[in-house]
Amino acid sequence: MTDILKIKTPLTDEVVSKLKSGDSVLITGVMYTGRDAAHKRMIDALNKGEKLPFDIQGQIIYYVGPSPAKPGKPIGSAGPTTSYRMDAYAPTLIKLGLKGMIGKGWRAKDVIDACIKYKAIYFGATGGAGALIARAIKKADIIAYDDLGPEAVRRIEVVDFPAIVINDAFGNDLYVKGVEQYKQTI
Amino acid sequence: MKMREINAKQITDAVSDLCMKANFDIPDDVIQVIKKAYQEEPSPQGKDVLKQIIDNDEIAHNEQVPMCQDTGLAVFFVELGQDAHIAGGLLNDAINDGVRKGYKDGYLRKSTCNPFTRKNVGDNTPSIIHVEVVPGDKVKIIMAAKGGGSENMSRVMMMKPSDGLEGIKKYIIDRVRESGSNPCPPIIVGVGIGGTFERSALIAKKSLLRPLGTPNPDPELDKLEKELLTSINKLGIGPMGLGGRTTALAVHVIVEPCHIASLPLAVNIQCHSARHKEITI
Ligand code: SF4
Repeated sequence: MTDILKIKTPLTDEVVSKLKSGDSVLITGVMYTGRDAAHKRMIDALNKGEKLPFDIQGQIIYYVGPSPAKPGKPIGSAGPTTSYRMDAYAPTLIKLGLKGMIGKGWRAKDVIDACIKYKAIYFGATGGAGALIARAIKKADIIAYDDLGPEAVRRIEVVDFPAIVINDAFGNDLYVKGVEQYKQTI
Repeated sequence: MKMREINAKQITDAVSDLCMKANFDIPDDVIQVIKKAYQEEPSPQGKDVLKQIIDNDEIAHNEQVPMCQDTGLAVFFVELGQDAHIAGGLLNDAINDGVRKGYKDGYLRKSTCNPFTRKNVGDNTPSIIHVEVVPGDKVKIIMAAKGGGSENMSRVMMMKPSDGLEGIKKYIIDRVRESGSNPCPPIIVGVGIGGTFERSALIAKKSLLRPLGTPNPDPELDKLEKELLTSINKLGIGPMGLGGRTTALAVHVIVEPCHIASLPLAVNIQCHSARHKEITI
Protein backbone atom coordinates (compact mmCIF):
# COMPACT_ATOMS: atom_id res chain seq x y z
CA MET A 1 0.00 0.00 0.00
CA THR A 2 1.09 3.57 -0.68
CA ASP A 3 0.92 6.18 2.14
CA ILE A 4 -2.54 7.58 2.73
CA LEU A 5 -3.59 11.09 3.80
CA LYS A 6 -6.89 11.67 5.57
CA ILE A 7 -8.74 14.82 4.54
CA LYS A 8 -12.08 16.40 5.41
CA THR A 9 -14.63 18.34 3.39
CA PRO A 10 -15.26 21.19 2.74
CA LEU A 11 -11.74 21.65 1.38
CA THR A 12 -9.77 24.76 2.37
CA ASP A 13 -7.04 26.43 0.32
CA GLU A 14 -4.61 25.28 2.96
CA VAL A 15 -5.49 21.60 2.48
CA VAL A 16 -5.59 21.98 -1.30
CA SER A 17 -2.09 23.48 -1.25
CA LYS A 18 -0.76 20.50 0.68
CA LEU A 19 -2.06 17.91 -1.76
CA LYS A 20 0.33 16.67 -4.44
CA SER A 21 -0.37 14.73 -7.57
CA GLY A 22 0.04 11.02 -6.73
CA ASP A 23 -1.10 11.33 -3.09
CA SER A 24 -3.56 8.67 -1.96
CA VAL A 25 -6.30 10.16 0.20
CA LEU A 26 -9.26 9.06 2.29
CA ILE A 27 -12.01 11.69 2.25
CA THR A 28 -14.54 12.18 5.05
CA GLY A 29 -17.47 14.58 5.12
CA VAL A 30 -20.20 15.81 2.80
CA MET A 31 -19.89 15.74 -1.01
CA TYR A 32 -22.33 16.25 -3.87
CA THR A 33 -22.93 14.00 -6.86
CA GLY A 34 -23.48 15.19 -10.38
CA ARG A 35 -22.75 14.01 -13.91
CA ASP A 36 -23.66 14.99 -17.46
CA ALA A 37 -27.29 16.10 -17.25
CA ALA A 38 -26.97 17.67 -13.78
CA HIS A 39 -23.99 19.75 -14.91
CA LYS A 40 -25.89 20.98 -17.92
CA ARG A 41 -28.77 22.04 -15.68
CA MET A 42 -26.52 23.75 -13.15
CA ILE A 43 -24.82 25.79 -15.85
CA ASP A 44 -28.19 26.60 -17.46
CA ALA A 45 -29.39 27.80 -14.05
CA LEU A 46 -26.36 30.05 -13.64
CA ASN A 47 -26.86 31.45 -17.14
CA LYS A 48 -30.43 32.36 -16.21
CA GLY A 49 -29.18 34.09 -13.07
CA GLU A 50 -30.56 31.38 -10.80
CA LYS A 51 -28.79 29.79 -7.84
CA LEU A 52 -27.04 26.42 -7.78
CA PRO A 53 -28.88 23.70 -5.84
CA PHE A 54 -26.20 23.77 -3.11
CA ASP A 55 -23.55 26.18 -1.78
CA ILE A 56 -20.51 25.25 -3.82
CA GLN A 57 -17.85 26.95 -1.62
CA GLY A 58 -15.13 24.45 -0.79
CA GLN A 59 -17.20 21.51 -1.99
CA ILE A 60 -16.31 18.37 -3.89
CA ILE A 61 -18.47 17.10 -6.74
CA TYR A 62 -18.33 13.35 -7.31
CA TYR A 63 -19.03 12.38 -10.93
CA VAL A 64 -21.26 9.37 -10.36
CA GLY A 65 -24.60 7.97 -11.42
CA PRO A 66 -25.22 5.30 -8.78
CA SER A 67 -27.26 2.16 -9.27
CA PRO A 68 -30.50 2.05 -7.23
CA ALA A 69 -30.14 1.36 -3.51
CA LYS A 70 -31.26 -2.03 -2.27
CA PRO A 71 -33.72 -1.82 0.64
CA GLY A 72 -31.88 -0.83 3.81
CA LYS A 73 -28.85 0.55 1.98
CA PRO A 74 -28.10 4.27 1.49
CA ILE A 75 -26.99 3.83 -2.12
CA GLY A 76 -26.33 1.21 -4.77
CA SER A 77 -22.97 0.70 -6.47
CA ALA A 78 -21.28 4.04 -6.88
CA GLY A 79 -17.99 4.20 -8.78
CA PRO A 80 -16.80 7.21 -10.81
CA THR A 81 -17.82 8.02 -14.36
CA THR A 82 -15.49 9.42 -17.03
CA SER A 83 -14.76 13.08 -16.31
CA TYR A 84 -13.98 14.64 -19.70
CA ARG A 85 -17.71 14.96 -20.38
CA MET A 86 -17.89 17.52 -17.56
CA ASP A 87 -14.92 19.53 -18.89
CA ALA A 88 -17.16 22.06 -20.61
CA TYR A 89 -18.79 22.94 -17.28
CA ALA A 90 -16.10 22.42 -14.64
CA PRO A 91 -14.09 25.67 -15.04
CA THR A 92 -17.22 27.77 -14.36
CA LEU A 93 -17.90 25.84 -11.14
CA ILE A 94 -14.26 26.00 -10.02
CA LYS A 95 -14.33 29.76 -10.48
CA LEU A 96 -17.38 29.90 -8.20
CA GLY A 97 -15.56 28.07 -5.41
CA LEU A 98 -15.66 24.34 -6.21
CA LYS A 99 -12.53 22.85 -4.66
CA GLY A 100 -12.60 19.24 -5.75
CA MET A 101 -13.86 16.86 -8.40
CA ILE A 102 -13.75 13.08 -8.27
CA GLY A 103 -13.96 11.02 -11.44
CA LYS A 104 -11.81 9.00 -13.79
CA GLY A 105 -9.87 9.84 -16.92
CA TRP A 106 -7.97 12.87 -18.21
CA ARG A 107 -9.18 16.48 -18.04
CA ALA A 108 -9.02 19.27 -20.60
CA LYS A 109 -6.37 21.97 -20.32
CA ASP A 110 -9.05 24.50 -19.29
CA VAL A 111 -9.91 22.44 -16.24
CA ILE A 112 -6.28 21.90 -15.25
CA ASP A 113 -5.61 25.63 -15.66
CA ALA A 114 -8.64 26.48 -13.52
CA CYS A 115 -7.33 24.11 -10.82
CA ILE A 116 -4.08 26.09 -10.76
CA LYS A 117 -5.68 29.51 -10.91
CA TYR A 118 -8.39 28.97 -8.29
CA LYS A 119 -6.72 26.22 -6.25
CA ALA A 120 -8.74 23.07 -6.82
CA ILE A 121 -8.01 19.36 -7.05
CA TYR A 122 -9.04 16.66 -9.47
CA PHE A 123 -9.14 13.30 -7.73
CA GLY A 124 -9.36 9.90 -9.41
CA ALA A 125 -11.29 6.98 -7.98
CA THR A 126 -11.16 3.41 -9.24
CA GLY A 127 -13.62 2.99 -12.08
CA GLY A 128 -15.58 -0.21 -11.87
CA ALA A 129 -15.07 -0.49 -8.11
CA GLY A 130 -18.66 0.61 -7.47
CA ALA A 131 -19.52 -2.00 -4.86
CA LEU A 132 -16.35 -1.28 -2.87
CA ILE A 133 -16.67 2.52 -3.01
CA ALA A 134 -20.34 2.36 -1.97
CA ARG A 135 -19.18 1.12 1.43
CA ALA A 136 -17.66 4.56 2.09
CA ILE A 137 -21.00 6.28 1.45
CA LYS A 138 -23.05 6.33 4.64
CA LYS A 139 -25.96 8.51 3.61
CA ALA A 140 -27.38 9.81 0.34
CA ASP A 141 -30.24 12.24 -0.26
CA ILE A 142 -31.46 13.58 -3.56
CA ILE A 143 -31.44 17.38 -3.28
CA ALA A 144 -32.12 18.42 -6.89
CA TYR A 145 -33.24 17.25 -10.33
CA ASP A 146 -35.07 14.19 -9.05
CA ASP A 147 -36.43 13.55 -12.55
CA LEU A 148 -32.92 12.73 -13.79
CA GLY A 149 -32.98 9.41 -11.92
CA PRO A 150 -29.39 8.14 -11.62
CA GLU A 151 -28.20 11.59 -12.73
CA ALA A 152 -29.98 13.54 -9.96
CA VAL A 153 -27.84 15.64 -7.59
CA ARG A 154 -27.34 13.87 -4.28
CA ARG A 155 -25.85 15.10 -1.04
CA ILE A 156 -23.74 12.24 0.24
CA GLU A 157 -21.95 11.68 3.53
CA VAL A 158 -18.75 9.73 3.16
CA VAL A 159 -16.26 8.22 5.55
CA ASP A 160 -12.79 7.33 4.28
CA PHE A 161 -13.69 7.56 0.62
CA PRO A 162 -10.63 6.23 -1.30
CA ALA A 163 -9.20 8.50 -4.01
CA ILE A 164 -5.91 9.64 -5.48
CA VAL A 165 -4.79 13.14 -6.46
CA ILE A 166 -4.50 13.27 -10.27
CA ASN A 167 -4.23 17.03 -10.93
CA ASP A 168 -3.00 19.16 -8.04
CA ALA A 169 -3.12 22.97 -7.80
CA PHE A 170 0.42 23.26 -9.14
CA GLY A 171 -0.11 21.85 -12.61
CA ASN A 172 1.13 18.31 -11.94
CA ASP A 173 -0.73 15.49 -13.67
CA LEU A 174 -0.44 11.90 -12.43
CA TYR A 175 -1.71 10.55 -15.75
CA VAL A 176 1.30 12.13 -17.46
CA LYS A 177 3.81 11.42 -14.70
CA GLY A 178 2.73 7.81 -14.15
CA VAL A 179 2.84 6.93 -17.83
CA GLU A 180 6.29 8.55 -18.21
CA GLN A 181 7.57 6.39 -15.42
CA TYR A 182 6.41 3.07 -16.87
CA LYS A 183 6.55 3.70 -20.61
CA GLN A 184 8.87 1.46 -22.64
CA THR A 185 9.79 1.78 -26.29
CA ILE A 186 7.60 -0.28 -28.59
CA MET B 1 -38.90 -32.38 -39.16
CA LYS B 2 -40.79 -31.33 -36.08
CA MET B 3 -40.04 -27.93 -34.55
CA ARG B 4 -39.16 -27.81 -30.86
CA GLU B 5 -41.23 -25.28 -28.98
CA ILE B 6 -39.64 -22.80 -26.61
CA ASN B 7 -41.94 -20.59 -24.62
CA ALA B 8 -41.35 -16.83 -24.76
CA LYS B 9 -41.97 -16.62 -21.02
CA GLN B 10 -39.11 -19.03 -20.43
CA ILE B 11 -36.83 -16.72 -22.41
CA THR B 12 -37.97 -13.67 -20.44
CA ASP B 13 -37.20 -15.37 -17.13
CA ALA B 14 -33.84 -16.61 -18.35
CA VAL B 15 -32.88 -13.16 -19.63
CA SER B 16 -33.89 -11.48 -16.37
CA ASP B 17 -31.62 -13.88 -14.53
CA LEU B 18 -28.74 -13.37 -16.98
CA CYS B 19 -28.91 -9.57 -16.56
CA MET B 20 -28.54 -9.88 -12.80
CA LYS B 21 -25.93 -12.63 -12.75
CA ALA B 22 -23.80 -10.92 -15.39
CA ASN B 23 -23.70 -7.77 -13.28
CA PHE B 24 -23.09 -9.49 -9.93
CA ASP B 25 -20.58 -12.20 -10.81
CA ILE B 26 -17.35 -11.44 -12.64
CA PRO B 27 -16.53 -14.30 -15.02
CA ASP B 28 -13.91 -16.66 -13.60
CA ASP B 29 -11.55 -16.31 -16.57
CA VAL B 30 -11.51 -12.52 -16.15
CA ILE B 31 -10.83 -12.47 -12.40
CA GLN B 32 -8.06 -15.07 -12.78
CA VAL B 33 -6.22 -12.86 -15.26
CA ILE B 34 -6.70 -9.80 -13.02
CA LYS B 35 -5.28 -11.74 -10.05
CA LYS B 36 -2.27 -12.75 -12.13
CA ALA B 37 -1.76 -9.11 -13.16
CA TYR B 38 -1.89 -8.11 -9.49
CA GLN B 39 1.03 -10.43 -8.76
CA GLU B 40 3.06 -9.07 -11.66
CA GLU B 41 2.28 -5.33 -11.66
CA PRO B 42 5.43 -3.37 -10.64
CA SER B 43 3.69 -0.04 -9.95
CA PRO B 44 2.55 0.28 -6.31
CA GLN B 45 -0.40 2.49 -7.30
CA GLY B 46 -1.29 0.12 -10.11
CA LYS B 47 -1.20 -2.73 -7.61
CA ASP B 48 -3.51 -0.82 -5.25
CA VAL B 49 -6.02 -0.37 -8.07
CA LEU B 50 -5.92 -4.06 -9.01
CA LYS B 51 -6.41 -4.98 -5.36
CA GLN B 52 -9.47 -2.69 -5.19
CA ILE B 53 -10.89 -4.35 -8.29
CA ILE B 54 -10.36 -7.84 -6.88
CA ASP B 55 -11.96 -6.84 -3.54
CA ASN B 56 -14.79 -5.08 -5.36
CA ASP B 57 -15.65 -8.06 -7.51
CA GLU B 58 -15.66 -10.25 -4.43
CA ILE B 59 -18.06 -7.90 -2.60
CA ALA B 60 -20.32 -7.81 -5.66
CA HIS B 61 -20.47 -11.58 -5.81
CA ASN B 62 -20.97 -12.10 -2.07
CA GLU B 63 -23.62 -9.40 -1.67
CA GLN B 64 -25.18 -9.93 -5.11
CA VAL B 65 -24.86 -6.26 -6.04
CA PRO B 66 -23.56 -4.83 -9.32
CA MET B 67 -19.76 -4.73 -9.50
CA CYS B 68 -20.01 -1.42 -11.38
CA GLN B 69 -22.78 1.18 -11.13
CA ASP B 70 -22.82 1.39 -14.92
CA THR B 71 -24.72 -1.81 -15.47
CA GLY B 72 -24.57 -1.13 -19.16
CA LEU B 73 -26.76 -1.37 -22.15
CA ALA B 74 -27.91 -4.96 -22.39
CA VAL B 75 -26.34 -6.51 -25.48
CA PHE B 76 -27.48 -9.95 -26.63
CA PHE B 77 -25.96 -12.47 -28.99
CA VAL B 78 -28.64 -15.03 -29.74
CA GLU B 79 -27.93 -18.27 -31.56
CA LEU B 80 -31.32 -19.52 -32.64
CA GLY B 81 -31.54 -23.13 -33.76
CA GLN B 82 -33.48 -23.26 -37.03
CA ASP B 83 -35.58 -26.13 -35.68
CA ALA B 84 -36.66 -24.15 -32.63
CA HIS B 85 -39.94 -22.25 -32.56
CA ILE B 86 -40.56 -19.43 -30.10
CA ALA B 87 -44.17 -19.77 -28.93
CA GLY B 88 -46.36 -17.27 -27.10
CA GLY B 89 -44.63 -14.07 -28.17
CA LEU B 90 -41.89 -12.46 -30.22
CA LEU B 91 -38.26 -13.23 -29.44
CA ASN B 92 -37.27 -9.55 -29.19
CA ASP B 93 -40.20 -8.74 -26.92
CA ALA B 94 -39.37 -11.69 -24.70
CA ILE B 95 -35.78 -10.48 -24.36
CA ASN B 96 -36.76 -6.86 -23.66
CA ASP B 97 -39.30 -8.00 -21.07
CA GLY B 98 -36.49 -9.95 -19.42
CA VAL B 99 -34.30 -6.84 -19.40
CA ARG B 100 -37.08 -4.77 -17.80
CA LYS B 101 -37.57 -7.38 -15.11
CA GLY B 102 -33.88 -8.09 -14.47
CA TYR B 103 -32.86 -4.45 -14.26
CA LYS B 104 -35.74 -3.73 -11.86
CA ASP B 105 -35.49 -6.77 -9.62
CA GLY B 106 -31.68 -6.64 -9.51
CA TYR B 107 -31.54 -2.92 -8.61
CA LEU B 108 -29.49 -2.33 -11.75
CA ARG B 109 -29.05 1.13 -13.20
CA LYS B 110 -31.19 2.08 -16.17
CA SER B 111 -28.96 3.77 -18.69
CA THR B 112 -30.85 4.09 -21.99
CA CYS B 113 -31.88 7.61 -22.94
CA ASN B 114 -33.12 9.74 -25.81
CA PRO B 115 -30.03 10.88 -27.76
CA PHE B 116 -31.24 14.49 -28.03
CA THR B 117 -33.27 15.28 -24.90
CA ARG B 118 -31.13 12.82 -22.85
CA LYS B 119 -34.34 11.79 -21.06
CA ASN B 120 -33.92 8.38 -19.46
CA VAL B 121 -36.20 5.69 -20.96
CA GLY B 122 -36.53 4.30 -17.45
CA ASP B 123 -36.35 0.54 -17.97
CA ASN B 124 -33.04 0.05 -19.81
CA THR B 125 -34.74 -0.96 -23.04
CA PRO B 126 -34.44 -1.30 -25.93
CA SER B 127 -31.63 -3.79 -25.62
CA ILE B 128 -29.24 -4.46 -28.48
CA ILE B 129 -30.07 -7.85 -30.00
CA HIS B 130 -28.00 -9.75 -32.57
CA VAL B 131 -29.61 -12.97 -33.81
CA GLU B 132 -27.86 -15.65 -35.79
CA VAL B 133 -29.68 -18.73 -37.09
CA VAL B 134 -27.73 -21.93 -36.42
CA PRO B 135 -28.37 -25.68 -36.85
CA GLY B 136 -30.30 -27.49 -34.09
CA ASP B 137 -33.42 -26.92 -32.02
CA LYS B 138 -32.03 -24.94 -29.09
CA VAL B 139 -31.56 -21.27 -28.40
CA LYS B 140 -28.36 -19.95 -26.87
CA ILE B 141 -28.50 -16.48 -25.35
CA ILE B 142 -25.38 -14.57 -24.40
CA MET B 143 -25.95 -11.37 -22.43
CA ALA B 144 -23.20 -8.76 -22.24
CA ALA B 145 -23.58 -5.66 -20.04
CA LYS B 146 -21.67 -2.96 -21.95
CA GLY B 147 -20.69 0.14 -20.03
CA GLY B 148 -20.51 3.57 -21.65
CA GLY B 149 -17.00 4.54 -20.53
CA SER B 150 -15.19 1.89 -22.53
CA GLU B 151 -17.71 1.87 -25.40
CA ASN B 152 -17.06 5.62 -25.89
CA MET B 153 -13.37 4.90 -26.52
CA SER B 154 -14.19 2.42 -29.33
CA ARG B 155 -13.89 3.30 -33.01
CA VAL B 156 -14.59 2.03 -36.52
CA MET B 157 -12.02 3.13 -39.07
CA MET B 158 -12.26 2.50 -42.79
CA MET B 159 -8.55 2.03 -43.45
CA LYS B 160 -7.00 2.06 -46.89
CA PRO B 161 -5.92 -1.34 -48.22
CA SER B 162 -2.43 0.15 -48.64
CA ASP B 163 -2.27 0.80 -44.87
CA GLY B 164 -1.81 -2.95 -44.49
CA LEU B 165 -1.09 -4.83 -41.29
CA GLU B 166 1.39 -2.23 -40.07
CA GLY B 167 -1.24 0.49 -40.39
CA ILE B 168 -3.73 -1.68 -38.54
CA LYS B 169 -1.33 -2.32 -35.65
CA LYS B 170 -0.51 1.38 -35.38
CA TYR B 171 -4.18 2.38 -35.33
CA ILE B 172 -5.00 -0.11 -32.56
CA ILE B 173 -2.05 0.92 -30.38
CA ASP B 174 -2.76 4.63 -30.91
CA ARG B 175 -6.41 4.07 -29.98
CA VAL B 176 -5.43 2.50 -26.66
CA ARG B 177 -2.88 5.27 -26.00
CA GLU B 178 -5.40 8.02 -26.69
CA SER B 179 -8.05 6.32 -24.55
CA GLY B 180 -5.63 6.46 -21.60
CA SER B 181 -7.40 6.18 -18.27
CA ASN B 182 -10.91 6.78 -19.63
CA PRO B 183 -12.10 3.21 -20.30
CA CYS B 184 -11.08 1.86 -16.87
CA PRO B 185 -7.92 -0.05 -17.67
CA PRO B 186 -6.94 -2.84 -17.49
CA ILE B 187 -8.93 -3.31 -20.66
CA ILE B 188 -9.63 -6.03 -23.17
CA VAL B 189 -9.17 -4.91 -26.75
CA GLY B 190 -11.62 -6.44 -29.23
CA VAL B 191 -10.56 -6.06 -32.85
CA GLY B 192 -12.66 -6.75 -35.95
CA ILE B 193 -10.89 -6.63 -39.29
CA GLY B 194 -12.78 -7.01 -42.58
CA GLY B 195 -16.44 -7.39 -43.48
CA THR B 196 -18.27 -4.11 -43.99
CA PHE B 197 -18.48 -0.97 -41.87
CA GLU B 198 -21.04 -2.46 -39.46
CA ARG B 199 -19.77 -6.03 -39.67
CA SER B 200 -16.30 -5.05 -38.44
CA ALA B 201 -17.86 -3.50 -35.32
CA LEU B 202 -19.98 -6.57 -34.69
CA ILE B 203 -17.08 -9.03 -34.93
CA ALA B 204 -14.94 -6.75 -32.75
CA LYS B 205 -17.62 -6.94 -30.06
CA LYS B 206 -18.02 -10.69 -30.57
CA SER B 207 -14.30 -11.25 -30.11
CA LEU B 208 -14.70 -9.98 -26.53
CA LEU B 209 -16.78 -13.05 -25.69
CA ARG B 210 -13.89 -15.47 -26.12
CA PRO B 211 -12.70 -16.61 -22.69
CA LEU B 212 -9.52 -14.86 -21.55
CA GLY B 213 -6.48 -17.07 -21.62
CA THR B 214 -7.69 -19.17 -24.55
CA PRO B 215 -5.62 -18.92 -27.74
CA ASN B 216 -6.97 -17.64 -31.03
CA PRO B 217 -7.78 -20.74 -33.12
CA ASP B 218 -5.73 -19.26 -36.00
CA PRO B 219 -1.99 -19.48 -35.10
CA GLU B 220 -1.12 -16.37 -37.16
CA LEU B 221 -3.80 -14.31 -35.43
CA ASP B 222 -2.72 -15.71 -32.09
CA LYS B 223 0.77 -14.37 -32.78
CA LEU B 224 -0.69 -11.00 -33.78
CA GLU B 225 -2.78 -10.83 -30.59
CA LYS B 226 0.25 -11.54 -28.40
CA GLU B 227 2.39 -9.01 -30.24
CA LEU B 228 -0.28 -6.32 -29.86
CA LEU B 229 -0.72 -7.12 -26.17
CA THR B 230 3.01 -6.79 -25.54
CA SER B 231 3.14 -3.44 -27.36
CA ILE B 232 0.05 -2.10 -25.55
CA ASN B 233 1.48 -3.05 -22.17
CA LYS B 234 4.60 -1.03 -22.98
CA LEU B 235 2.52 2.15 -23.24
CA GLY B 236 2.84 2.66 -19.48
CA ILE B 237 -0.83 3.55 -18.93
CA GLY B 238 -1.36 0.87 -16.28
CA PRO B 239 -4.37 0.20 -14.01
CA MET B 240 -6.75 3.21 -14.12
CA GLY B 241 -4.08 5.11 -16.06
CA LEU B 242 -1.97 5.82 -12.97
CA GLY B 243 1.12 4.36 -14.64
CA GLY B 244 2.06 0.70 -14.82
CA ARG B 245 2.43 -2.35 -16.98
CA THR B 246 -1.09 -3.79 -16.89
CA THR B 247 -2.87 -1.69 -19.48
CA ALA B 248 -4.61 -4.56 -21.25
CA LEU B 249 -5.47 -8.07 -20.10
CA ALA B 250 -5.88 -9.40 -23.64
CA VAL B 251 -6.27 -8.51 -27.30
CA HIS B 252 -8.77 -10.56 -29.31
CA VAL B 253 -8.93 -10.43 -33.08
CA ILE B 254 -11.51 -11.71 -35.58
CA VAL B 255 -10.81 -11.41 -39.30
CA GLU B 256 -13.26 -11.81 -42.19
CA PRO B 257 -12.99 -11.14 -45.93
CA CYS B 258 -13.82 -7.61 -47.09
CA HIS B 259 -14.48 -5.66 -50.31
CA ILE B 260 -11.52 -5.25 -52.71
CA ALA B 261 -11.70 -1.48 -52.15
CA SER B 262 -11.92 -1.59 -48.35
CA LEU B 263 -10.11 -2.41 -45.14
CA PRO B 264 -12.61 -1.95 -42.28
CA LEU B 265 -11.08 -1.95 -38.81
CA ALA B 266 -13.06 -1.81 -35.58
CA VAL B 267 -11.58 -1.48 -32.11
CA ASN B 268 -14.07 -2.23 -29.35
CA ILE B 269 -12.64 -1.44 -25.95
CA GLN B 270 -13.91 -3.44 -22.99
CA CYS B 271 -13.19 -2.43 -19.40
CA HIS B 272 -12.10 -4.81 -16.66
CA SER B 273 -15.80 -5.21 -15.72
CA ALA B 274 -16.03 -7.66 -18.61
CA ARG B 275 -19.51 -8.88 -17.84
CA HIS B 276 -21.22 -11.59 -19.79
CA LYS B 277 -23.29 -14.68 -19.03
CA GLU B 278 -24.96 -17.23 -21.24
CA ILE B 279 -27.65 -19.86 -21.18
CA THR B 280 -28.81 -22.53 -23.62
CA ILE B 281 -32.47 -23.42 -23.60
S1 SF4 C 1 -15.84 1.64 -18.22
FE1 SF4 C 1 -16.58 -0.28 -17.33
S2 SF4 C 1 -15.73 -0.41 -15.27
FE2 SF4 C 1 -15.52 1.71 -16.00
S3 SF4 C 1 -17.34 2.73 -15.19
FE3 SF4 C 1 -17.82 2.07 -17.28
S4 SF4 C 1 -18.75 0.03 -17.06
FE4 SF4 C 1 -17.76 0.53 -15.15
